[in-house]
Amino acid sequence: MDLLQVEQLGVTFNHSFKALNQVSFNLRQGEVLGIVGESGSGKSTLARVIMRLQMPSEGDVKWRSDSLFAMDNKQQQAYRKQVQMIFQDPLDALNPRMTVAQIIAEPLRYLMPQLSRKQVRQKVAQVLTPMGLSESQLGRYPHEFSGGQCQRIGIARAMIVEPELLVCDEPVSALDVSIQAQIINLLLELKQQKGLSMLFISHDLSIVRHLCDRVLVLYKGEIVELAETESLYQSPQSDYTRRLLASIPLHNPLEERARIEAWGV
Amino acid sequence: MNFLDVRHLSVSFTQEQGSVQAVRDVSFSIDEGETLAVVGESGAGKSQVFHALLGLQAKNARVAGSAKLAGQELIGLPATQLNQYRGNALRIIFQDPMTALNPYLKIGVQLTEILQVHQGASYQQARTQALQALQEVKLPNPEWNFQQYPHELSGGMRQRVMIAMAILGHPRLIIADEPTTALDVTVQSDIISLLKKIHQQHGTSMVLITHDIPLVAGLCERIMMMYAGKIVETGTLQEIHQQARHPYTRALLQATPANQRNSGKLVSIAGQPPDPRQLPTGCAFAPRCEKARRQCQTAQPELTAVSDTQQVACFFAEEN
Repeated sequence: MDLLQVEQLGVTFNHSFKALNQVSFNLRQGEVLGIVGESGSGKSTLARVIMRLQMPSEGDVKWRSDSLFAMDNKQQQAYRKQVQMIFQDPLDALNPRMTVAQIIAEPLRYLMPQLSRKQVRQKVAQVLTPMGLSESQLGRYPHEFSGGQCQRIGIARAMIVEPELLVCDEPVSALDVSIQAQIINLLLELKQQKGLSMLFISHDLSIVRHLCDRVLVLYKGEIVELAETESLYQSPQSDYTRRLLASIPLHNPLEERARIEAWGV
Repeated sequence: MNFLDVRHLSVSFTQEQGSVQAVRDVSFSIDEGETLAVVGESGAGKSQVFHALLGLQAKNARVAGSAKLAGQELIGLPATQLNQYRGNALRIIFQDPMTALNPYLKIGVQLTEILQVHQGASYQQARTQALQALQEVKLPNPEWNFQQYPHELSGGMRQRVMIAMAILGHPRLIIADEPTTALDVTVQSDIISLLKKIHQQHGTSMVLITHDIPLVAGLCERIMMMYAGKIVETGTLQEIHQQARHPYTRALLQATPANQRNSGKLVSIAGQPPDPRQLPTGCAFAPRCEKARRQCQTAQPELTAVSDTQQVACFFAEEN
């Protein structure tokens, strides 16, 4: 069954600039869908529409056949609990004046206000261990943590309401290589253990290949290709996808040198 | 003779909470026409090394040691004298081309200024050379771009302007500090390819500062790995890729996802880089190293040669 149906979606800014145009796709339950494209291609605008932070100019987005933009308050509340987001800059996304415990518990205050303090504490404790965080860190503030740890806190905050869909907007691009792998492995675990669905926005095509089931390629606000990951990487159909794939640095240094030599500027 | 010779360079910052050791006793050299990659994670000190020798360190920084450019000591030189080198022999390309260019000045003014100030060129001479440089970095319409302001250009075009600025007057060494990090992947290859062509045509020495190991091979022959302010390994491209001896280099190579079919979990390095205010007494990588033994906790390994071109700072380099 499809979790999300995006139908003929269009977003126009200033009455003229089409950030998204005629974008249609479905997200299946349990699927990780990669969204790639260069800056300005509409990746983040798409995420914002799905988070209900941006109204579309045309088309619709449906969550299990309910339109996102025709929901009553109660439905909106339920939707917010089912869809959570993690952000590119992990420190920026955390309130500097809140402790880790407050940050992680914050979604519960709004989305599950019926919980008692004790239940909130229990839930916070439960979500910590799989994220690689410990209870001794709960009283500390975001600036005391490294980027990778802040991203773990951000993921814990998203996971505490047990969402079905995680929208990840470049979640590892601000992190060091040795830390990136830790966060990607954590997301892989969440996918495998909880059957979590994800929209994974990234410009790192090697990571997308590693994590995603299908990949959607955006160019100037339009979908140029949508395919199963391996078939996209092995036989790209559009010229833009081919150019994008040709620009990935190669692991073998001799091959990489040959690639740059042959690259026409 | 080495073109650039850095000996025992250290950079520390004094803060209220104590001192931060950003660069710790770093020695290396660059030959004429050589291409060197400096690889490390954020906080490894890779930018600080080159900012220090250009005199661009922060006000509270303390720089010790020596950096000689063609025999001339750069460390401690007053700005007026340093400017002769910064404007002629040495150039730097910064990570973010938007903040490195002056938003109030047209591209043409920013390019011609360098030649007028440093080489005493007339405006006409400077203009001709600037247009040539814009042509060389493959900007589509140099005459038109010359009249534009930085905000009118895309990120990739701005970085080309930065490169045009760096090659004006043919410097002998260009330091590219994460030149592609702020750019799209397709543009990244353009910029590396362009730097490679400049190196090949003019024989300019190049330093590429980056955290992205795969990117290095396109431009550089030699790699210097930094961790927590120290050089942990240095060697040729082949040596680093095929017989890296330092556990950190090996782990970083494995943690970099290759463009290949999903093969389950990525290899990750547990833990995180050390706090530069509280560096371990022994090897800085020991707390994250799978092979660390007692000796690693107490003593700091020196950079030791394992071949003519490869040096490693690890007590157990021979075993790795």
